[in-house]
Amino acid sequence: MKHLLSTRDLDRDAALRILDTAEDMAATQQREVKKLPTLRGRTVVNLFFEDSTRTRISFEAAAKRLSADVINFAAKGSSVSKGESLQDTAQTLEAIGADGIVIRHWASGAPAVLAASGWIASSVVNAGDGTHEHPTQALLDAFTLRRRLHGEASRGRDLDGVSVLIVGDILHSRVARSNVWLLTTLGARVTLVGPPTLLPHGIGGWPVAAVHDLDAAIADTAPDAVMMLRVQRERMNEAFFPSAREYSAGWGLTSSRFRALPERAVVMHPGPMNRGFEIASEAADSPRSTVLEQVANGVSVRMAALYLTLAGGAE
Amino acid sequence: MAARAVLQQADIQRALTRIAHEILEQNRGTEGLVLLGIPTRGVELAERIGSLLTEFAGEPGWTCPVGSLDVTMYRDDLARNPVRSTAPTRLPAEGIDGRTVVLVDDVLYSGRTIRAALDALADHGRPAAVRLAVLVDRGHRELPIRPDYVGKNLPSAASERVNVRLTGTDGVEAVTIEDGAAE
Repeated sequence: MKHLLSTRDLDRDAALRILDTAEDMAATQQREVKKLPTLRGRTVVNLFFEDSTRTRISFEAAAKRLSADVINFAAKGSSVSKGESLQDTAQTLEAIGADGIVIRHWASGAPAVLAASGWIASSVVNAGDGTHEHPTQALLDAFTLRRRLHGEASRGRDLDGVSVLIVGDILHSRVARSNVWLLTTLGARVTLVGPPTLLPHGIGGWPVAAVHDLDAAIADTAPDAVMMLRVQRERMNEAFFPSAREYSAGWGLTSSRFRALPERAVVMHPGPMNRGFEIASEAADSPRSTVLEQVANGVSVRMAALYLTLAGGAE
Repeated sequence: MAARAVLQQADIQRALTRIAHEILEQNRGTEGLVLLGIPTRGVELAERIGSLLTEFAGEPGWTCPVGSLDVTMYRDDLARNPVRSTAPTRLPAEGIDGRTVVLVDDVLYSGRTIRAALDALADHGRPAAVRLAVLVDRGHRELPIRPDYVGKNLPSAASERVNVRLTGTDGVEAVTIEDGAAE
């Protein structure tokens, strides 16, 4: 695997290979010595055109656990436009000695451009691009869910028949898109839930169901997992919904909705959470919440992604 | 070029039986023994030697601890090959600190896998001693590493391929050697 650009590109075997490698990586993180020599002498650049402390730190931890050298490049405030500037930036980083570029960009498709352009020979890992994809987040979500379902026996297993609700701002969410492709590839049944204004057009072509009523969705699908998306407060003025209270009442995981979930259902959130808004503390702090596991598993999944894209030589 | 059989199933079983006796003899009993197989086929061999050790020792309540040690992430040739899949590492509950660890692999060749295994082992703890058991030693060492227990010494040309197949992993059992130039 030369690049990791989207989960839509991954078939079942490729996805399982990443998840199974992540299991082996996770095992090493339980040891006293957590560092592996695997990527010694390789350089990973975190090229972030958008702020994201959590994702950047997670990738940085993953690269360092594999003994890679890490350079953090925050392009914030840079006035350069994408086309040429991305080329120049990437070529500069490669001239410095980058072997892998982890890129977060506000423009959908920027990582794919970088990978396909021929500007650089480095591996490219997508750490979130516009409203397109965030593949490592979906992989860590699938990894977390698989572990909750199968525990130690997770290796080689998919998510066949597992029912997942993804709730909230689907329109702007790359996390939701990456999860739609990955979870359905792994055999899960995915239902998207959100206000009509926050469900994208063209959703009919996706292999999922889309509904507006969260209470009905919980009753109808008896979900194994409910994935709450973060509502970006900065978008609240754009009339996607009338008020925070109304959003919360319709699509928040309130205490009463949390109690209405099946006993086995887990609650997932990519973080950072808006407590009391899209998720009640009772749900966020319950043993069925996987929020912190998702963060820990993120490091293992990103180690797997870096290992599979960077460790090998020519295929 | 046809593959030539070097060891049949009965030969392999006899070799493992002898290795188990040699391990008990050299260790003067079962004190502190831990067997770690290197995936894939080393794990099956370690499990088989482990059950033989349990049987031969005949100590009530003692079962030979057997685990697996994946060395993929410690290899020095990762960048020279397409990326390798990792395999699980499973250490016995009693750990390896202060134990006599016997590494088990199917074929000993350059010695680089064992070097990687020694590095991996050091990240898991500090054994009192590390020994090496292999089913086949085919020579061509590139590092100062030697086995303590050998099923079969098999002088080979570097161009030849040695294939080990075991019942649990492959469904059939034999060690064969073939001329690599034919491929």
